[in-house]
Parts: sequence; structure tokens; C-alpha cells
Amino acid sequence: MSTLSDTAAGLLQIGLLLLLLAAVHVPLGDHIARSLSSPRHLRVERATYRLLRVDGDADTRWPTYALSVVGFSTVSVLVLYAFLRLQGHLPLSLGFGAMEQTQAWNTAVSFVTNTNWQSYSGESALGHLVQMAGLTVQNFLSAAVGLAVAVALVRGLSRRGTGTIGNFWVDLVRSTVRILLPLALVAAVLLLLTGVVQNFTGATEYTTLAGGSQTIVGGPIASQEAIKELGTNGGGFFNANSAHPFENPTAVSNALEVFLLLAIPFSLPRTFGTMVGDHRQGLTILAVMGGLWGASLAVTTWAETHALGTVPQAVGGAMEGKEVRFGEWASALFATSTTMTSTGAVNSFHDSYTALGGGALLLNMMLGEVTPGGVGSGLYGMLVLAILTVFLGGLMVGRTPEYLGKKIRQREITLVALYILATPFALLVGAAVALSSASTRSAMLNSGPHGLSEMLYAFASAANNNGSAFAGFGANTAFYNTALGLAMVAGRFVPLLLVLALAGALARQRPADATTGTLPTSSVTFAGLHAAVIVVVAGLTFFPALSLGPLAEALA
Amino acid sequence: MSTPTLPDTSVPASPAAPAGPHRVASGAFSPRQLVASLPDAFRKLDPRHLVKTPVMFVVAVGAALSTVLAVTDPSVFAWVIVVWLWITVVFANLAEAVAEGRGRAQAASLRKVSSETTARRLLREGAAEEESVASSALRVGDLVVVEAGETVPGDGDVVEGVASVDESAITGESAPVIRESGGDRSAVTGGTTVLSDRIVVRITAKPGESFVDRMIALVEGSARQRTPNEIALNILLASLTLVFLLAVVTLQPMAVYSGRPQSVVVLVALLVCLIPTTIGALLSAIGIAGMDRLVQRNVLAMSGRAVEAAGDVGTLLLDKTGTITLGNRQAHELLPAPGVEDADLADAAQLSSLADATPEGRSIVVLVKERHGLRARAEGELTDATFVPFTAQTRMSGVDLGADGDGSGVRQVRKGAAAAVTHWVRTQGGDVPAEVGQCVEDVATSGGTPLVVAESVGGRARVLGVVHLKDVVKDGMRERFEQLRAMGIRTVMVTGDNERTARAIAAEAGVDDVLAEATPEEKLALIRQEQSGGRLVAMMGDGTNDAPALAQADVGVAMNTGTSAAKEAGNMVDLDSNPTKLIEIVEIGKQLLITRGALTTFSIANDVAKYFAIIPAMFVTTFPQLDRLNVMRLATPESAIVSAIVFNALVIVALIPLALRGVRYRPSSAAALLRRNILVYGLGGVVVPFIGIKLIDLLVSTIPGIG
Repeated sequence: MSTLSDTAAGLLQIGLLLLLLAAVHVPLGDHIARSLSSPRHLRVERATYRLLRVDGDADTRWPTYALSVVGFSTVSVLVLYAFLRLQGHLPLSLGFGAMEQTQAWNTAVSFVTNTNWQSYSGESALGHLVQMAGLTVQNFLSAAVGLAVAVALVRGLSRRGTGTIGNFWVDLVRSTVRILLPLALVAAVLLLLTGVVQNFTGATEYTTLAGGSQTIVGGPIASQEAIKELGTNGGGFFNANSAHPFENPTAVSNALEVFLLLAIPFSLPRTFGTMVGDHRQGLTILAVMGGLWGASLAVTTWAETHALGTVPQAVGGAMEGKEVRFGEWASALFATSTTMTSTGAVNSFHDSYTALGGGALLLNMMLGEVTPGGVGSGLYGMLVLAILTVFLGGLMVGRTPEYLGKKIRQREITLVALYILATPFALLVGAAVALSSASTRSAMLNSGPHGLSEMLYAFASAANNNGSAFAGFGANTAFYNTALGLAMVAGRFVPLLLVLALAGALARQRPADATTGTLPTSSVTFAGLHAAVIVVVAGLTFFPALSLGPLAEALA
Repeated sequence: MSTPTLPDTSVPASPAAPAGPHRVASGAFSPRQLVASLPDAFRKLDPRHLVKTPVMFVVAVGAALSTVLAVTDPSVFAWVIVVWLWITVVFANLAEAVAEGRGRAQAASLRKVSSETTARRLLREGAAEEESVASSALRVGDLVVVEAGETVPGDGDVVEGVASVDESAITGESAPVIRESGGDRSAVTGGTTVLSDRIVVRITAKPGESFVDRMIALVEGSARQRTPNEIALNILLASLTLVFLLAVVTLQPMAVYSGRPQSVVVLVALLVCLIPTTIGALLSAIGIAGMDRLVQRNVLAMSGRAVEAAGDVGTLLLDKTGTITLGNRQAHELLPAPGVEDADLADAAQLSSLADATPEGRSIVVLVKERHGLRARAEGELTDATFVPFTAQTRMSGVDLGADGDGSGVRQVRKGAAAAVTHWVRTQGGDVPAEVGQCVEDVATSGGTPLVVAESVGGRARVLGVVHLKDVVKDGMRERFEQLRAMGIRTVMVTGDNERTARAIAAEAGVDDVLAEATPEEKLALIRQEQSGGRLVAMMGDGTNDAPALAQADVGVAMNTGTSAAKEAGNMVDLDSNPTKLIEIVEIGKQLLITRGALTTFSIANDVAKYFAIIPAMFVTTFPQLDRLNVMRLATPESAIVSAIVFNALVIVALIPLALRGVRYRPSSAAALLRRNILVYGLGGVVVPFIGIKLIDLLVSTIPGIG
């Protein structure tokens, strides 16, 4: 019998989580900075460079870096697509055949873009080899690409007129070897200890106590679960994702998973601060990320625990779509964290959240996945928005704007402006096109404002590379597999290339010394302005759409 | 309307009030200027003009589209919206027209100066023959003769003669100035009048490209090119426009899905309210007004880029003389050598200074009179006196009394630089006591200039003592430099004085650093060094040897009294030739950028209220619950949309005065400025439209068919 009230237990869990993150972000952030700045190669890394025929000591300009990212990602999509299409001929397929073309495209793109939107059910479509050698490999590599690009942008900010932003292959290999693999190993062991399953059995038929029959699927789950959270991927082994007891059996595993998906994104501001040689810059970014995450968590938790809405009020709780073993607090915590980190793993069904709570989760993604955002992508998105903030703030102090001594001029602001345009474009145009035809509208399982929320959620999730599903949406059609796939590509690679171009432009500049006349970018005022810019940019872009979806529903 | 608060910079030496013919006061903004500029505002409806401002172009396209729809499907609501959309465009044009109109009056009077005259061109160098040609036919390199009463036909350098010239047409300063061949005062400007004597001028500018022509183009705004930051801001505004276009266009399928398709007129109204029309409309006016504010202070910026750079300046190079100190050293005290009576020293000091017309020399006479009661003797009182003028070679001046030609039995008095006078004393067989050397040292260390006074009677010379000349730091400079420091600007004093003297004055005035015994090369090196640290450098100069440094500096202000080489090298010209101007120029640059930033923030913050007005109005019939977002309790959906559009248009006109005079700027740290401006323009930008739209709605809702 529990002696803690739900509120106390919920607050205790959040408090512990914050303590853990506070303890870990400095050493982890510094470890990432060290790993990606060190001049020394490990033996395994050197071997990899020889295999890839790349020069591990080359320092490249942004076009080379960008070309490497695009080339690598294209090959990744093709390999994963081939895996999915050829599954019937591969070992460990558990008897599953080839995935249909558009779904294979969608899935391949989804895992390479770190989205992990799943229009398939893992347990009824994929064998162990594809899960491990196809999907899990991309869980590592797509996160490593994010880290690489983020660090490239930080180099652009910190370098003094070199014009170079590092070496993609080195960043990719080191991110995998020195950061993600060791952490994932530790995380997988910890998950095993909490009861997550790890074996090679396939589907087994059991007779239940009631006499019925049930098929239970096992597999290498813990190993995939670890990187699923750690790399802010979110693609579950099972369709039910982290609501499935084999992926997330207990409150402890749940807390651990929330910690894992927040760990790297919340540590990257420290990496940034260390690399630019000013920890307060990193702390300011961290404060903005944490502040918005906390505010959103408060709204969602409040909406869920107060059971806003007619039906939840009538039944006395907003427990539809939530696991009893997690409850409202832990579900809201997981949901907020997963939608704000571009992870997209779920331990409850967002479609069943109260209108306000579900709307907050939708808005979380619309903020652009920067609070704290995905591995790498959160930091670079945050820095781009910091540059926009600097542009407005810098003018207001009577200087042409500069961030960390780098001038924000025509080229820089053009890249920032396009970055800010890219994701809303993919989201709104995608949703508008899908709404325009009756055949594609039929994917929405609800009508009225809630139906619109389902549609917006699908495209918000794809365009922002989140990957979580609102549910209540039949996404496995040729149209949605293709359209959402395109939204994922546009939402990942357009911003990413703009960020690299920005890194290149910044790296060419020699920084100016800061004076009292320079806009301070490590202050409470700046953090407030930065947060306001993030919220206002997203709010102004999406307010009309939100008012017809979650707002109309919530105010009813 | 008040003018922006700028610290008092009046310098005794410079004219306090503008007096020249071209200085048509554009000062305060009056509503009459709005009316007067209306015709121009309508002329600017030309699409070729509108397309230059993407935000306003979108408004114009939306207005045209709505007009067509209002014609085909007329309603009171549609026509009211259409009219106000066009008014929005006209108001934006009006802002620019008013800003340009203020410059035009100045241009008109300048044009009189540049009007055609007849030039007397010499047929060849050194020749006496001359021919009459129109000033417009002059070519670079031509030699022209200008005599008393004639107008200088074009920009050039005096190559022969000296004359007093009335430059009031350009500078507004009525006192004539001397222009002579060679040196740093050789430049003459076309349109100015020679008052006395005859000079020969070598023409240095093609007709149509003269200084006055450039001034006209600048104040009219016709030569205005968008500055880098303005371009960057325009790009940001264009992308915001695209974001909102995206939001509005994709809203229609969602509206159709929700069972409430919107009319195009309403969608256009929503779009126009959301896109940053306020800053879009005022952006070019802000730029023109920034230039205008400089012109009002008698500074001509040859490019807008320089004005913008001025706001960014991190290091100010200030000449000591005239900027930090009063310009002239004043005699401070007399320090007699051992065994010399005060009165003897005073007498000798006075004698040696009688013919010295420099301010220093005169200050010695004044000091002797005031402290030692010695009346100044007129030159005629002294018989057999031969005055020895100061030359750069001897570095002494003085007087020989009772000279009989061979120099014996006379009394020679000399005053000058310590080294020169002690050398003179020694060659005349005299000793220089160690105490005098110490005294010279002390004076120099304290920042003063020591002059040694000596006499030689009957061939035997002795040192009488030392005159302590002191640099007088201007009042208020210390506070000024503290403000600059708060703004993050480093000040470097540049002087030809030696290191010790320079340091002492620097400490007294409170500048951050000193470049002593500065040569043009060292100045240039200092600028390069500051720039390599990422700092922008501003400096002022007048001589030809300043030209390289002026060209290298990010903001190079040439004095109007300077040479044409200096004016050519700098990117600004100060007509008052007042070195303290640099500080004002920096403040105007900052004010320009702050005005842009503040109005952009204001413009974006306004959108919050507009959403709360329009979105419930659009969908309240389908979703009655959205009326809860109608926090302003606007009367009807139609009145809500109209009120938002009307507010959007009126706010442009309301902010024209602010755009023209610039937002208030007080030198303070960036952090303090940011807090203040976020509060005023960010928070204010959120709150003001809620009130404004509500008030307009109270009026609009009385219109039949809307209310």
C-alpha cells in the first residue's frame, strides 16, 4: 500500500530527475567536448578511417562537411531501405517478408533522420536482424550525425577566422565510439536490471490463466531501448513503445528512460560552454531549455491531474490511454520530455490526453525541438534561435548584432531566417495538403477539432523529427508514408545544411572582443528574451492552426 | 516633440547656433509635414517603388486583390477593409516621403550654391593668359584664377596665393577662413566666395561630382544605398512575412475542414495585421532620418554604412588638442632659476613674448600682468628692439635690445624649448644650473610644457627660469569618458607630446590610453591593431598626412578645414571642424540601430493582440467557445477585424515622429539599455494594441453594417 500521495510521488520523481541531470550534465558535457576536440585518435578509430579511406586529421570547410553528411545519410537511407525490402532473404527474419515500398521508404528515412516515426508495428513486421543491424545502427548513427553538426556549429562560433569547422567523419566516429556506445552499454545493463527483456526468442504462443491464447514476442529489447532513449530516437521494438511492459516494465525503468532521453540534450549546453570557453554562455542556454521544459511540464501535469474536459471529469481522472503503473504524473513527465527532445517514444497515448495537455505536447514539438531538443539538433536549433535573439537584442543596444564576437550580418541572418522557415513550411504545407482531399482526410479517426489535432500532430512530429504519434491516425497509407517521409527529410536536412552553412560563415570571422557595449548573452535578461523569441516565433506561426485544434477543444 | 537627449557637447570655439543659408531647420516634426508630403506618398504607390520593401509590397498586392473582390462582391465590411489596406500602404509611403522632404529643403538651398558660374581658366600653368569658360566645362587639373568678390567655380586646391574665403554657404559659419597654397589649408570648395586677394586653384573634382553635388544627393536621399544592417533586417522581415503568409494560406484548408471557410478579404486582413508592417513602413524613414540628424549637426556622411559603423565603434581616437584640452596651452606659473629675482624673470618672459602672437605667447603676457603687475609694453615703446620670430629650426623666439649690428653690448632675451634654449646658453658661454634641469623635468612630468627663458648680456648668457605652460583639460571631459566607458568604448588620446606629458594629461582627463609622439604611421598602426581585435575605430583628422589613417578607420571624420586628400579619405565630413563631434556621431549611429531594433520588437509584439482580435472573430460562429479568446470584448467579428486593420495603419503614422527623431538614447551599459528597451518596446508592444484596438472598436462598432 502506497503511503505517498500522487502529488508527492510525482514531485519526488521530478526532483530526483533534476538532481540526477544536474549531477550528470557537467561531466557528460565535458566528456563530449573533450571527445570531439581531442587531437588524438583511438586505434579503433584510426582503423575505421582507413576503412572509410578518409583522412582523420583533415580539417574541412563547410561545403565538404555538408557533402559528407548528405552523402553518408543518403547511403544510410539506401542501406536501411535495402534491409527492409530484402528482409525475407535475411537470417533472423522470424519469417517476416519484405516491407511494402512506401512504408520501407518512410521507415528508412524515419530512422536516418532521427525521427523514428513508425507506420509499422515492430512485433508484427520486423525480425531481429533488421531491428539490430538496421534500425539500432541508425539509432546510433543518426544521433551521432546530430552531435557532429551541433559541434560543427559551436566550432564556427569559437574559431578565429579559420573558416574550417572540423571533420565530419571524425565527429561521426568519435560520437559513436567514445560517447554513444559506452553510454548505451551502461544504460542497457541498467535497463536489464529494471526488468527490460533481452533475448533472441521470437513469437511464442502461451495459454493464459483464463484459458485463452496469447502470443508473446521476445527479442533484443534492452539493447535497442537504451539507444532509443539515449539518442532521442524513440523507435520502439514494439508498437506500444515504452507503454509495453517488456520495454518499460516498472516505475523505475520509466524514470530511468526519462533520464536517458534528457541526459545528452541537457548536457550539450555544457559542451557548448566548454568549447567556447565561457561556461556562463552554456548555462544561459541550459536555463532557457530547462525553463521552457519545466513550464510545459507544469501545464501538461496540471491539465492531466485536474482531468480537464467533460469525459475525464465524469470518470474522475484522465487515465484513458495511460498505464496504471505510471499514472498521470509519470505519464505527463514522459510525454513532455519525449515531445521536447524529439525522441518520440511514448509511455502513454497522447491522443487520449486532455485537450490542453495534448495541445501542450503538440506545441512542444512546434517550438522546434530545442527545449532541450534532440541529440545535437536541440543545441544547434537553440543556437540558431539565440542568433535571432541577438539580432533583435543587439539592435536594441545600438550595435550591429554579434554573438560571441561574431557579427550577424546579411549572410548569417539569411541562413537563420531560412532555418526558421523550413520546419513550419514542411509542417503547415503538409497538413494543409493532407486536409484538402477527402481521401487523405479519412486517416483522421476523429472529426472536429480533435481530428485536426491528430493531423497537425502527425506533421508536427514528422517535420520536427520527433516521431511520436498522437495515435488516432491511420498513417500507413501510400500518401502518408510518402508525405510524412518528405516532411522528415525536409525537417532534418534543410535546417541541418543551413546550420552548416552558418557554421562556415561564422568560422570565417575573427571574433571581436566583448565590451560593456556588447549585448551580454549570458544574463537573465538575455535568457528571458531568448525564451520569449522561441515561444513568440512558434506561437505566432501556429496560433491560427492551434486555435482550430486543441484550443477550440480545450475551451469547449 | 523633443530632440533626442544627447549630452551637451558645445565647445566654446565652435558656433553654437547654425546660421548658414542651407541649414533649413528640419528639427521638430510637425503634422504639417505629413500633409505636405501626401502627394509624394501617392506618387510612391508605383509598384516599381513598392517592390523594394517586401513587406509593403505584400500589403499592396493584398489591397489590390481585395479591391477586385470588393468590386465583385461588395459589402460595407469589404470596402472598409479595402480602404484601410490602401491607407496602410499610403501611410508607409508617407513615412518615407516625410523623411525625404526634410532633406529636400536643405538640398534646394544647396543647389543655389552649385549653380553655374563663369570660371577664369588659365591657358597653361604659369601663364598670364586666361579664358572664360562655364564652370560646368572645367576638367580635373584645370587651373583657374579667383579674385576678391568671385565665386570659386569648383572644388580644388590652392596652388598659388592666399585669400580669405567666405564658406558660409557650405558650413553656415559666417567668419571668413584663410585658404593658402601648400599645407593643410589649401582646399577650397566650389560655391564659396573669395573675399580678398587672388588665388589660383587647381580643380580636383569633375563637374557634377563636387562636394556640394554629393551633399545634395545625400540630403535628398537619392544617393542613399541600403546599409548592411538594414539589408539584414529587411531579409528578416521578408522571412517573417513568408512565415505569416504560410500560416494564413494554410489556415484556409483548416478553416474549410472546420466548416468555416474564410473570405479572401478577411485572410488578407489577417495577413496584413500579422506581417511586420510597422517596421517595414518605417525602416527607410529611420535610415534617412539618421542621415538627417547628422546633417543637422553639420556632419555629412558620405555613406550610410559609416553611420551604422559609428554605432559599433569600439575605439575612439581623439586628438588631444581641441578635443580633450582647450587647444592652447596657457602659462601657469613662472619658476625662477636659483639667484634670479621673480621680477627679472617676469620682465624677460614678457619681453620675449611681446612679438609672440601665439596663444601661448599671449598667455605669458597676461600671466605676467596679472601675477607680477607688469604692464604689457607696446612694441613702439622699445627702442632699438629687434624681434626674433620663432622658427622651426631655432625653436626659440625673443628680442634683441640695443642691437648695433655685431651683437656686442646688447641684451638678448630668448624663450623656447628647453633643449634649444640651454643649447643657446651654453654656446654663449653660460651655465645651466642643475636646478633648472630638474625644474624642466618636473614641469614635463606634471603634464605641462616647460619653456626656458634666458638672457645674454654682453655675450654672457644665463638662464633666468622656466615658464610652466599647462594644457587645460576641458570641463566635463572626465564625465564624458566615463559615459563612453559605460558604452563599452575605449578612448585613445593621440598627441605629438612626449609620453610623460601625454600620460599626465590622459590621467587628468580620464582617457583609457595614450598614443604619444604620434606619427601618421603610428596612428595607422594603432588603428590596424585595434581592428585586428575586432574593434571598429573612429577618428577625426584634417591634414594630408592623416589621410591613410582616415581611410583605414571604420569611421573617418575629416574636418571641413582640412585638405581635400583628408576629405576624400574619410567617410564623413564635419563642417564645423569640431573634434568633439566624434562622440555625437557615435551616439547618432547607436540611436539609429536602437530605433530599428525597438520598432521591430514593437511590431512583432503587436501581433499578439491582433491574434486575439481576429482569430476569435473569424471562427466564433463555428466554435462559440473561441469567444473566450475575445479578451478585448470587441463588438462584432467585423468590427474586430476592422479595428485591428485600422490600428495597424494608424500606428504607422503615430510612430513617424519616433522614427524621425530616433528613440531616446542615454549612454549606459548594453545590459541596462536592453532591459529598458525590452520593457518599453517589447512589453509596451504587447500592451498598447490591446488598448488601441479596443478604443478603435468603440468607434468602429457604431458604423452600420459593421457594428
